[in-house]
Amino acid sequence: MSHDHDHDDHHHHHDNHFSPMEARVRALETILTQKGLIDPKAIDAIVETYETKIGPRNGARVVAKAWAEPDFAYWLKRDATAAIASLGYTGRQGEHMRAVFNDAETHNLVVCTLCSCYPWSVLGLPPVWYKAPAYRSRAVIDPRGVLAEFGVTLPEDKKIRVWDSTAELRYLVVPERPAGTDGLDQEALADLVTRDAMIGTGLALEPEGRA
Amino acid sequence: MNGPHDLGGQHGFGPVAPEPNEPYFHGDWEKRALGVTLSCGAFGAWTIDESRHARENIPPATYLSASYYEIWIRALEALLERHDFVSAAELSTGRMLEKGAVPKRILTADMVPAVLAKGGPCDRPVATMPRFAAGVRVRTRNFNPATHTRLPRYARGKIGVVEAVQGSFVFPDDNAHGRGENPEWVYTVVFDGGEIWGEDAADGLTVSIDAWESYLEPV
Repeated sequence: MSHDHDHDDHHHHHDNHFSPMEARVRALETILTQKGLIDPKAIDAIVETYETKIGPRNGARVVAKAWAEPDFAYWLKRDATAAIASLGYTGRQGEHMRAVFNDAETHNLVVCTLCSCYPWSVLGLPPVWYKAPAYRSRAVIDPRGVLAEFGVTLPEDKKIRVWDSTAELRYLVVPERPAGTDGLDQEALADLVTRDAMIGTGLALEPEGRA
Repeated sequence: MNGPHDLGGQHGFGPVAPEPNEPYFHGDWEKRALGVTLSCGAFGAWTIDESRHARENIPPATYLSASYYEIWIRALEALLERHDFVSAAELSTGRMLEKGAVPKRILTADMVPAVLAKGGPCDRPVATMPRFAAGVRVRTRNFNPATHTRLPRYARGKIGVVEAVQGSFVFPDDNAHGRGENPEWVYTVVFDGGEIWGEDAADGLTVSIDAWESYLEPV
């Protein structure tokens, strides 16, 4: 329901006239700016950070390094916050990180049923579907049905572990490394690691699937 | 609170419908909503727990039909009003009418990189030993506070296994209401799908939550 609603707002109203939310946010920013409580340039800087600096490429580099370097994988498993910080990825909504590793037996899937908790420092801002009721309601009760909507079908005997981010720990899924990737360097490996693979709603791409 | 935000296991919301190549923002107002929300958070006038509770308090019909940035903005308006930064009259007229409260900190552009890189860690030391060790069975409490809690309804009164002691963290049930940080040990507790969803549980499903110590009882 809310997902459709988003689309109505975004695609039908914003080009020609202020939607109710555009007007509402504009009014709020105006009041706060008039009071000297916010700096519009700070807003620009925040937006620029999440448009250009902090996104899923961060997480992909973490995963690629874990695939390539067993010592780093071990560190990531033991102390994800520190291991991830060693690559320079720290901060807001990544203060307390945990990495969970897919393997032959278990597939991991991350959700926040109560709000929208998401590991911003490694994945950037969450997609709309992650924050919307359909995913938040169903991931914990019907994960295979959810995965099918992402085009993912797991073997029947694969166990599924759903991590509900109810506290301040933020989870990064380390997908299984695809076969046939032995010769790739870490940047090429990172190209195979999608945002969805690090949430658990996808798998790593096969090497020939690279764009 | 048993609010509209507590969605785990509910039916009727339809397919997830991921958007291919989804942009970071759907329109400029979402950019401003993100920036305004983070800028006001930097005032230091409320905690993340209070802000989550403000979102949960949006009336259910509104909450469930709103995009998440709309949820943020509605909650932010409530927080700004509660803490005397903005009045209801100002929100309805869209301009400043009075000075209002003065925050501890105003976020300027030069502060943004450091503030985002630092975040807001909420681990805190506690003086007690963890009550539960990894591997032991616990039961989650069955309570229904009208106030903030991070124990979802689907996981109340259920038996699970402590998988890990994750450290000690600010207790949101208190902190959201200005009752102090009162940190507690936090545990990852894993439940068999059948314990939560009964005979309809998917095969091979386990679900974990991260639970503060006072959510748990020994079995």
